[in-house]
Amino acid sequence: MHSYHLDHLQYLETEAIHVMREVAAEFERPALLFSGGKDSICLLRLAEKAFRPSDIPMPFLNIETGHEFPELLAFRDHRAKELGAKLIVRTVDDVLARGVAVQSFGETSRNRLQIPALLGAIEEFRFDCCIGGARRDEEKARAKERFFSFRDSFGQWDPKNQRPEIWNLYNARLNPGENMRVFPLSNWTEMDVWEYVRKEKLEVPSIYFSHERECFRRGGQWLPIPPPHTDNGRPDPYAGARPKPNEKRAKLIVRVRTIADMISTGVIESRADSIDDIIAEIAAARVTERGTRADDKASEAAMEDRKRAGYF
Amino acid sequence: MALPAHHPVDLLRFNTCGSVDDGKSTLIGRLLYDSKNLMEDQIEALERSADITGGGQINLANLTDGLRAEREQGITIDVAYRYFATPRRKFIVADTPGHVQYTRNMVTGASNANLSVVLVDARQGVIEQSRRHTCIASLLRIPHLVIAINKMDLVNWSEERFIEIRDEFEEFLPRLDMKDVKFLPMSALEGDNVVEFSAKTPWYTGPTLLGHLESVHIGSDWNLNGFRLPVQWVNRPNNPTDPRWHDFRGFSGQIAGGLVRVGQKVMALPSGLATTVKEIWTYDGPEDEAFCPQSITLVLEHDIDVSRGDMIIGPDHLPGFSSDLFADVCWMNPRPLQTGRKYFLKHTTHTVQAVVTSIENRLNISNFEPEPGPSELAMNDIGEIRLRTARPVIFDGYETNRLTGSFILIEQGTNATVAAGMLFPPREVVKPEASDFVI
Repeated sequence: MHSYHLDHLQYLETEAIHVMREVAAEFERPALLFSGGKDSICLLRLAEKAFRPSDIPMPFLNIETGHEFPELLAFRDHRAKELGAKLIVRTVDDVLARGVAVQSFGETSRNRLQIPALLGAIEEFRFDCCIGGARRDEEKARAKERFFSFRDSFGQWDPKNQRPEIWNLYNARLNPGENMRVFPLSNWTEMDVWEYVRKEKLEVPSIYFSHERECFRRGGQWLPIPPPHTDNGRPDPYAGARPKPNEKRAKLIVRVRTIADMISTGVIESRADSIDDIIAEIAAARVTERGTRADDKASEAAMEDRKRAGYF
Repeated sequence: MALPAHHPVDLLRFNTCGSVDDGKSTLIGRLLYDSKNLMEDQIEALERSADITGGGQINLANLTDGLRAEREQGITIDVAYRYFATPRRKFIVADTPGHVQYTRNMVTGASNANLSVVLVDARQGVIEQSRRHTCIASLLRIPHLVIAINKMDLVNWSEERFIEIRDEFEEFLPRLDMKDVKFLPMSALEGDNVVEFSAKTPWYTGPTLLGHLESVHIGSDWNLNGFRLPVQWVNRPNNPTDPRWHDFRGFSGQIAGGLVRVGQKVMALPSGLATTVKEIWTYDGPEDEAFCPQSITLVLEHDIDVSRGDMIIGPDHLPGFSSDLFADVCWMNPRPLQTGRKYFLKHTTHTVQAVVTSIENRLNISNFEPEPGPSELAMNDIGEIRLRTARPVIFDGYETNRLTGSFILIEQGTNATVAAGMLFPPREVVKPEASDFVI
């Protein structure tokens, strides 16, 4: 005899599958944003659960800043191939080359430039919906985001004009040119994501586990030293993101807790080399929330992560 | 406290309702703080602001400061969600700031809640807001209610005062049909009876708020009586390379009620065709049975015509089937509801055109009396309406099933979600044509 009751991961899973199927049924041309990061890895498994034995009925889309960790790109390509999905890649480099957007003076990070690249891809493929892996627990502004987040014809989010979302009834209706962003992981926390990775035995890119890396200290965090610039004909894409002579360098045992690109991802010192270790580390980071820094390393992990969140 | 790494926990969703000064933010802050769910930098920020402005006293309401700032900028944020965990449960809190659009906000935040916390200021007792919040919680059929009588420190922890307020509630609660109501004396500011028991209430023998949130029985909050599968997506592999899937045809959806077993009889609506369940297909392998709210794919014995918006049901507890619907609606748009207007009605996975044929009454939320014959329903009004739909809807009364008894109205043209609706029980149930389907 079963108890007819779902535990928290099963509940989050069925909620997310429901959301994904609504997307497949209600939109003409949806896409799934897949970066190779831990959240989008969960999205892919949820898509398998929602749509198998059929093919996942939407292509994967990734916007490259040009500063990606090579491990991440390799993982992304390998996973898309494994699932038999169509992977569309559009790049900030291309947007810059075509003059669609311009890098402002001294701007090193390309986070901002991902926006015109994404909107360009939406227009090019006439996507009416993009599924993303964002979570509400990531930051305060996200805490008010909807599962189905409406964007006007300029791709803008208007927090004053959000559609109320009641029960599990999602309003997916759009006028031409408008767009929806859908976030099946809205109710997931960082811990839920890792517990799901463990439960589903999902493969994740190696940089989530501890490894040795050349780093430098900037803005209170450790950043990876970018690969050397070899192409002398072109400007250094990492200009501004290389250590200055007065910045401390070190070879450290580190891992990444969240991945953006190499410029904006702080690494944390960590010996976690399994999913269990990562989960224990995140749980420990919460213990120190009592206000006593019992374990400096773990608490630093918490701090680094917060600061990074503040970046965006 | 660290979560035990392999211990499965369940999830409780709750919302907090209170007027501006009832201490709602302080309560959420206290729950997060005392259950050790704050990050170090959040605590440091609190301590910093305590040194600067609070004379050394930590102000837990500052945790929701981001929201306040946005309000000052004139942005209306209806619902913010917060997450925390204890070793026993994970929690999703729907935090609904703002009192201007409170009805709309509370309906949004509470629609998926297992439990509502209604905050009452012990000095003031039951005020109109308390009645309003309790009324909405009852209308939404939130299974569990906590009346948190806060600021007990300001009435000298008087048991007499506590009982007085409880009695005020008891006077009108029977009219609201709430099954599980707990009264709790506390001080969110000082942390009494929130996470830690208070030494100041020896006369109180119940649980702390967190203790109650951790232990309240939510296993039966889902309807497990009549099987309902609103078909979301028809799963038919295109040119599969694997020959096993050549003839695969499955009906995917989230079970909205009851359970289903392989081999049992089911009927597809609106076609009325009956067949049996051949397989319950999931990515993780076939299941013998499945239950609400699992997401599954059903394979049927016979090749019958079923598409999105149809519903597959079991032989017991038959649903209603009608294009003439009665419902309570909460109106959520500045443009009022008027009779004769057409909307899209989204119910389960089914969207259909609907026209409002009459507004029967508007609920006076202070005394729970319906006021007949209003000309319109304005934003935040709750009222009973009658609708005619272009095609019949397969439904249950909201009181028996929140998922098959609820709908939203969408304004044509703007596509705005303008109403949340709760259907009245069907006047007659669907009449199955297949003779072997009679119960």
